[in-house]
Amino acid sequence: MDVSKLTDFLMGDAQADRVVPPTGFTAWLTLFSAGAMAFLAVFAIALSLATGRLADRWGDELARSSTIRISAPAGQMSDQTEAALTVLQTTTGVASARAFTDEEHRALLEPWFGPGLPVDTLPIPQLIEVIEDSDGFDAEGLRLRLAAEVPGAVLDDHTRWRKPLVRAAMRLRLLGWVSLLLIAATTAAIITLAANAALAANEQLIKVLRLVGARDGYIAQAFVRRFTLRALGGAAVGVVLACLAILLLPSAQVEGGFLTGLGLQGWHWLWPFVVPPLAAVVAFAATQAAARKTLKDMS
Amino acid sequence: MIELENVAYSYGGGELLSEISLKLQPGSFHFLTGPSGSGKTTLLKLCYGALLPTAGHIRLFDTDLRGMERDDIAMMRRRVGVVHQDCQFLDHLPLSDNVALPLLVSGRDLLSESANLKELLTWVGLTQRADARPPELSGGERQRAALARAVIMSPDVVLADEPTGNVDWEMSQRLLHLLIELNRMGKTIMIATHDLALIRAAKAHVQARVLRISNRRLQLAGADL
Repeated sequence: MDVSKLTDFLMGDAQADRVVPPTGFTAWLTLFSAGAMAFLAVFAIALSLATGRLADRWGDELARSSTIRISAPAGQMSDQTEAALTVLQTTTGVASARAFTDEEHRALLEPWFGPGLPVDTLPIPQLIEVIEDSDGFDAEGLRLRLAAEVPGAVLDDHTRWRKPLVRAAMRLRLLGWVSLLLIAATTAAIITLAANAALAANEQLIKVLRLVGARDGYIAQAFVRRFTLRALGGAAVGVVLACLAILLLPSAQVEGGFLTGLGLQGWHWLWPFVVPPLAAVVAFAATQAAARKTLKDMS
Repeated sequence: MIELENVAYSYGGGELLSEISLKLQPGSFHFLTGPSGSGKTTLLKLCYGALLPTAGHIRLFDTDLRGMERDDIAMMRRRVGVVHQDCQFLDHLPLSDNVALPLLVSGRDLLSESANLKELLTWVGLTQRADARPPELSGGERQRAALARAVIMSPDVVLADEPTGNVDWEMSQRLLHLLIELNRMGKTIMIATHDLALIRAAKAHVQARVLRISNRRLQLAGADL
């Protein structure tokens, strides 16, 4: 369809539009389903984008940090910590390393044990945060050195749990896109049913139009244009409502984690506005196919 | 103009029409008669491409309908005006829009055609009823409106299926004279009817060929008409 044809299609023909009588049931069905599906589509987009961001963050940030846990008798804790930091300073690929303070230990344990935990009197392992440089370090080599020089040290490079988390986030993102496809397919199916109902209800009208020399394209367009515009309008309303619902979600905070980060951020707010034209394209294709088939069957 | 050559049409396993050959010459006037269910309507539908024959050839304006696309047949149909017994209107549109429907579907601008439309409504005596909806019209008014719709595109041929079936004698005479008037303008006319009185009345004014469908075949009617 070239631009002039698209313009003609959207502008319509007031004379031709009167030929097909308004059909209340199919009009409302199309409007409602397009609106509901657009609403769901916006949330599917938000889910996909949020999980994408999460996967990127987990994949990127966690990949660059590791933890060394030192479990040693109270009298040796300080020496082993110093020894581990010395090893790390001479390890290629380590950008920085620092031991957690008591405050940081307390903050880590606070969600489970509450505030004011006397960490200095408890046998809590000492944690060391290791940040690697862009080249990264040899984890196996570092483990061997630590085993030889700091017997109480255990290196955790996060691989064990980072990969499944990133994989889960990626799958959630894929699920979001699959949901979008299903929403588009469901929209097409509902609009096809509505268009078929409208065409069947107007069988006599189609006979009359054929009698006076109407081509299939003319008859189809009268229905296709109507259903396309209804889908566009319904989807626009659905998108506006979904955007309002997303705006009303609690704001994303560090403590909120994934759930409060479901909203759209930055230029991602443009994505919902792709939904109404897509709904119109889906409606156009579905009604066109339904009309062509019905008109062929009526021959 | 319209030519049928050894045409047969079957429906539901039975042959409805067989070995039909017919040639409608420009400016000719035909009556098609026969008992109810003999296939008059089917033959008319074959003539304007609403049905395709199961055997034989139909040529509309020198083009064989077999193998033509539906849209091409639709374009061809614009040169044939059709009047049905049940008129077939769109009830949600006023009479003037129903009459103008062929203009509408062919993409003509109704505003520029409004003078023709008015003239046509005057010709069939329906100027005062232009805004009425089809269900509000009497049988005679509907038939005249259907005739106006059939000729608004200035077709070469007008096919009428029992146009006087639902009207009284006076109205049938009025419709007949409109059709005779069209024939005098050079239009080819074919009227399917079982009303022999109408045929006799017409023959007093126009040289008409009377065809009869009998036993699935088309015959020239005898001198009793």
